[in-house]
Amino acid sequence: MLHYCVETKDLVRIFKSKNEVVKALDKVSISIGEGEIFGLLGPNGAGKTTFIKILTTLLLPTSGEAYVGGFDVVKESDKVRKIISLVSGGETPGYGILSVRENLWFFSQLYGLSSSVAKEEIRRLMADLDFEEYAGTRMSKLSTGYRQRLNLARGLLSKPKILFLDEPTLGLDVLTAKNLREYIVDWAKRERKGTVLLTTHYMAEADEMCDRVAIIDRGRILACDSPFKLKENLEENVIVKMEVSSVRADFSFIDDLGGVVGYSQTRSIQTDTTTLKVMVHDESILSKITSKIEGQKLKILSVNKAEPTLEDVYISLVGRGFEEEEAG
Amino acid sequence: MFTSALLEEALKRKRLVKQMREQLIHNLRVTYARLWVRIKGSNREPEWIAAELVIPILTLSAYVYLYKMLNAPSEYAGFVIIGGTMIAFWVNVLWNMSAQFYWEKETGTLEAYLVAPISRMAILLGMALGGIVNTTLRAIVILVAGTIIFQAPLIVNEPFTALLLFFLTIIALYALGMLFASLFMLYGREAWHTASLLQEPVYFLSGSYFPVKMLPFFVQLVASLIPLTFGLDGIRRVVILGAGIADIWLDIIALVIFIAVLLPLAKFALNYMENLGKKEGRLTLRWQ
Repeated sequence: MLHYCVETKDLVRIFKSKNEVVKALDKVSISIGEGEIFGLLGPNGAGKTTFIKILTTLLLPTSGEAYVGGFDVVKESDKVRKIISLVSGGETPGYGILSVRENLWFFSQLYGLSSSVAKEEIRRLMADLDFEEYAGTRMSKLSTGYRQRLNLARGLLSKPKILFLDEPTLGLDVLTAKNLREYIVDWAKRERKGTVLLTTHYMAEADEMCDRVAIIDRGRILACDSPFKLKENLEENVIVKMEVSSVRADFSFIDDLGGVVGYSQTRSIQTDTTTLKVMVHDESILSKITSKIEGQKLKILSVNKAEPTLEDVYISLVGRGFEEEEAG
Repeated sequence: MFTSALLEEALKRKRLVKQMREQLIHNLRVTYARLWVRIKGSNREPEWIAAELVIPILTLSAYVYLYKMLNAPSEYAGFVIIGGTMIAFWVNVLWNMSAQFYWEKETGTLEAYLVAPISRMAILLGMALGGIVNTTLRAIVILVAGTIIFQAPLIVNEPFTALLLFFLTIIALYALGMLFASLFMLYGREAWHTASLLQEPVYFLSGSYFPVKMLPFFVQLVASLIPLTFGLDGIRRVVILGAGIADIWLDIIALVIFIAVLLPLAKFALNYMENLGKKEGRLTLRWQ
């Protein structure tokens, strides 16, 4: 029998308030193997954090089953907590009045590390994550990037078997985010052979880090495979990027055209342009799109064919890009 | 066959004992760590320490001068000083204990506690012990300063009875704080307002600055629901009027009952609120 580190079966979570009922997770079934880096990709509000909160014993499911390390997250939550760690992006990683070293020592105690072992582990992690010089700095005085390093160090202190990362690079600059991603991959693959469940809404992050990715939208898993295979499935489609001369360009006419798999648009106020990314089955539809755009007295500044990305996978499944989904 | 079953049973029991011992040591570490954070954090900002010392002295000074103006007996100064000293604990219980999980939730550290393999009671205990150490040091300063400034006559015939009463009062108060902390865990701004709402009525009902006996019977009945009322009454009688254990045994019994009820209730409330939070999804929901 195949042993999974994380397994869910028809997991459902419903939130009820006075005015509405929201199905945050709708029969989510996922299996993650040992040593795997698994990504849950979806826009804000897709159900990623709800999923991770159930697996880390912070939330009860409405129905369905969830196992972490073979333990039931509801009935054996104590056993689950011994083998996991949770790092949430954009979180305060401890007490502002304490220094980095003091904060890490405090959190090491929550996992029962002896002070001597904790001190050595703290020193090693600060060196690995390159923030040793801030050891004596109060947490409240750290920049976002260094806070997130502290957050990650806190998560790794207990040497978890399964690491849950909820938007770990949220709000970080490109270089810090890249360094943290590399470190996590290195940790999972070489040092500890740990399992990672990562939630993100950054396509590149999921693409770069994950062995497998599940795309989630409105609580439902739409696809689950390796980034390569997910993108490979799109090869029969044509993806084109067009830069159009106004930020007010209206592409709603595309909804009425047949043969369009989906599209997304990114508006830039600085350059007063809109970039339209459209995925079609048949290239002949592109001429209809260009003529409609020109009919709006807009200029098409450039047209390029694009290689499929995970965003395109999302567009092909939902019909729209992440930004429209989040705005809607 | 029989002996191997016995051997197996003995080994199982030994493993269980070992596991329990390890768990106990782990949770004691957690308690110590949380205590350490509280002490370290509270003493890093001198303005904070100054405020915690100066404000109670100013308040009790106002009452002492008022009683002097009314030509009240000299013991009244002592009553007020003891009241001011003990009220420091109530303020600490209310703001640094009851509302603490609310703050931990807002800053994100509550999530770290809930994901860790620890007893939540160990965290609460650490918070309480840290608060007791900090506030005791401040209370001693208030007591000594008040006694010297106003030359309040203290007659302590039974210092051990005074200490016993003090510790029972503190344990009962912090047990109440642990209960409040559990109840406030799920709430947002309401927790803050509830803490504000409880502050002044307890000053009034516990008789911090005047004798409770002056209040109507019904109000005295309500006051008897607050551990501080019994603690203050007993400590004042032992420290100012020179009473002994035979005179204050009712206060001791009341405090013991408070502790026996409040501590298990706090543990129950903590488990109940955690489960409710997990069910309703409010455990880590912030800025409500």
